[in-house]
Amino acid sequence: MGDSLLAITVIWGFIFIYAVMGTMDFGAGFWSMVYINREKTNATNIANRYLSPTWEVTNVFIVAIVVGLFSFFPGATFTLGTVLLIPGSIILLLLALRSGFLVFSNYTKGARHQKALVYISGLSGVLIPAFLIAVLPISQGGYIDTIDGVEKLNLLKVFTSPNVYAFIGFAVSSSLFLSSLLLADYSKSSDEMEAYEVYRRDALITGPISLVMAILIMLTLRMEATWLYNNMMEDKPILFISLFLFLVAGGALLLPSSKGKGMPRLAVVAIVLQYFLASYVYGKGHLPYVIYPNVTIETGFTHPDAFRSLFITYIVGFAILFPGFYYFWRLFMKDNRKYIGKKPY
Amino acid sequence: MEHLVTARSMFGMTMGVHIIFATLGVGIPLMILLAELLYQRTKDKDYELMAKRWTKGAAILLGVAIPTGTIAGVQLALLWPGFMEVVGKVMSLPFQIEIYAFFIEALFLSIYVYAADRISRTMRIVSLILVAIGAVASAVLITNVHAFEGTPAGFRIVNGEITDVDPWGAFFNPSFITTAGHVAVSAYATGAFVIASIAAFKMLRSRKEPRLYRFHQKALMMGLIVGGIFSFLTALNGHESAQLLYEYQPEKLAGAEGLFETTDYAPLTIGGFTDRETQTVKWGIEIPWALSFLADDRFDTVVAGLNDFPEEYWPPLFIHTLFNGMVGIGALLILLSILGIAWYKFMKKRGFPKWLMWAFVISGPLAILSVEFGWIFACTGRQPWVIYRIMKTSESVTTSANLEFLFALFLIVYAILVVAVSLVLIYYFKRNPLEKELADMN
Ligand code: HDD
Ligand code: HEM
Ligand code: HEM
Repeated sequence: MGDSLLAITVIWGFIFIYAVMGTMDFGAGFWSMVYINREKTNATNIANRYLSPTWEVTNVFIVAIVVGLFSFFPGATFTLGTVLLIPGSIILLLLALRSGFLVFSNYTKGARHQKALVYISGLSGVLIPAFLIAVLPISQGGYIDTIDGVEKLNLLKVFTSPNVYAFIGFAVSSSLFLSSLLLADYSKSSDEMEAYEVYRRDALITGPISLVMAILIMLTLRMEATWLYNNMMEDKPILFISLFLFLVAGGALLLPSSKGKGMPRLAVVAIVLQYFLASYVYGKGHLPYVIYPNVTIETGFTHPDAFRSLFITYIVGFAILFPGFYYFWRLFMKDNRKYIGKKPY
Repeated sequence: MEHLVTARSMFGMTMGVHIIFATLGVGIPLMILLAELLYQRTKDKDYELMAKRWTKGAAILLGVAIPTGTIAGVQLALLWPGFMEVVGKVMSLPFQIEIYAFFIEALFLSIYVYAADRISRTMRIVSLILVAIGAVASAVLITNVHAFEGTPAGFRIVNGEITDVDPWGAFFNPSFITTAGHVAVSAYATGAFVIASIAAFKMLRSRKEPRLYRFHQKALMMGLIVGGIFSFLTALNGHESAQLLYEYQPEKLAGAEGLFETTDYAPLTIGGFTDRETQTVKWGIEIPWALSFLADDRFDTVVAGLNDFPEEYWPPLFIHTLFNGMVGIGALLILLSILGIAWYKFMKKRGFPKWLMWAFVISGPLAILSVEFGWIFACTGRQPWVIYRIMKTSESVTTSANLEFLFALFLIVYAILVVAVSLVLIYYFKRNPLEKELADMN
């Protein structure tokens, strides 16, 4: 594999991890808002118990993506920075409100206006994936005007494009879908069967919506970014496997099991694999362009020597961190049953 | 507003907000760690409770520290794409390594906050140590980027192209160690004085309740001792920072001191305002020969004045005031902690006099102010360069228009966050008063 391909793969990996963790994170915030008045089901508590320890770790990945982009592809920084100023700033503003108010609402339990804080963080949270994903259609070409040698994003075009809206619909529905699936699994493994039923139902509703949105993306893509559509169609078999995994997940939620209905763990695994394959096909089809047609992974690439030392720090860094991630996962994801109802320190 | 000025103000505003929370994010974990260690040693449960309450405060502050930091990181690329292109090619190692520092801090802080009751005591201390290391490492690494802007190294520019890139050479640029050290020790000093401030304020409020009073007095003494040690180190190291300026950015030093004419036996001017017309510092106090000695440890050192440099390269002259403000506060903090500790040693029953208590109360806000002064001095004093003598700020700024609108939006969101975080802190500690937690403890 060439160096630049390796570099874009690392970034793709970060984007994938953030896409999954981020959608679960933002979605969980949304559900904790929706179920805030249903004290009986514990659905909000479950969402918060997942959210509180993880949002910070999730947030680091967005920083990692940005750092990865400008350090591996410094030549793309100018175009990316200029073009993404407006959407990027909107994302940052929403992120600030969402993270801030998520923390604030956790520490004001019992206050008169606490619910307002939950609403601010829940709503700004679901808007974030919508704006984040808009970066994808922008990178597919057609929205950047070059006037007097200066690149500018044509916002009017962005916000009148059906493809952009299909992506936005997909981002929002899959946030809700992935998070309800994860929370279903999380509640079942914590023996919170009422919350489990709530989240299982939500997943059954939002799943098909996400699928429809994904199909809409493909239909609009065909018209707006034919080059990408054609590239993706070369991997049709993988797309079909991905679709099949979606059906597996649906089946897993409907099948009977020893306790309650459905096997959420299997569904989570199938869906993560499904997203993995689909985004692999999208990412592969996108190559060699970072931004079509202005920037490819070759034009913007850093010096090979610099790349080597960066890549080594990545490997060493993650090797050192791995036990930390494992410990974290064991404490908060795996063994959560033992700690139900315990208060944080 | 002019495009470049808007961009600079916007970034400066982001950093000005982030730095308050970031500095406390470095300083307070150290205090929490020390309290936990003191508890292990003395078995005095007050220290355990301190660690617990400060952790709550730190976790709330984090709600602003992290998003504003994320904004800072992304805004660097959005507002200064020309600069980040060079950073990407030459200086990306610190950013890269910083990601791991963030991960360590995020993982172990969550563990410490949300799993403290399910992990062993040793693991609690280990988590705290890792949090403290992660926090100071992120500060040191990002400061390295700032150091690189002042003393760039590790590359050459030939015909406008960057060549001979040596990432580690850039990483260990001449001012890295000193600058990073200054930022780290000043953050520890600030964290300690903020704790001391709050404790002093609470002592004034709890004179009639000896139990609470004693608790807060322990916190105050911790703050004064730790703050005293680190503000002393800050001053020592600040002296070295100034000598680095003498060596590498002489016009910045001249601006900081309001020195126009190059001279040996240069005087040090304290206070006053630099006046461009008359080329003097109005209302300042001159200490003969002192600047020469500070710059290079000899009275006959020749210190370059601003007139040696073309006026377009002059830093803004108000940095003299900022520099004096920082150093003045630094001296005051050292004095306060010496006074406080000495008084405590020799006092009998009567406690601290009221004026001293109020001086302690303002020490924390003053330390934060000093951090702001120091940073605005360091960043604004570098103008017109974003990378000293290599790239002008005007060459690196984004070409997108309409920054004013974004500026307004960020201003509003920062205002909301700062107000909200203050209200939440007040609410939380009102709702969980010390009395109650002390009673629960027994
Ligand atoms: C509690 C905060 C605090 C205190 C008491 C001091 N400083 Fe400071 N100073 C900082 C906090 C700070 C800072 C915020 O951390 C800066 C900004 C940029 C940097 O590298 O550190 C800084 C920068 C800074 C610089 C500029 C470095 C540059 O432009 O590259 C110098 C020369 C000094 N300091 C010198 C001093 C001296 C001689 C002090 C005497 C007591 C002092 N500082 C106290
Ligand atoms: C260590 C981290 C920091 C880095 C890497 C950094 C870098 C930069 C950069 C790239 C700019 C824009 C270009 C320029 O104007 O030169 C800038 C400007 C600025 N920064 Fe910093 N900065 C850091 C910390 C801070 C902090 C903590 C503050 C706190 C107040 C601050 C205040 C400012 C201000 C006020 C400006 C605008 C300066 C002007 O144009 O007059 N910076 N900084
Ligand atoms: C010297 C000045 C700075 C110091 C001391 C500092 C320190 C810190 C600390 C301690 C945190 C973690 C907050 C906490 O956990 O308590 C943090 C967060 C952050 N800082 Fe700064 N910072 C500085 C300047 C900057 C600058 C200039 C940038 C932009 C490049 C930046 C980017 C970030 C980011 C992205 C985060 C969030 C990380 C996350 O997602 O967890 N910081 N900073």
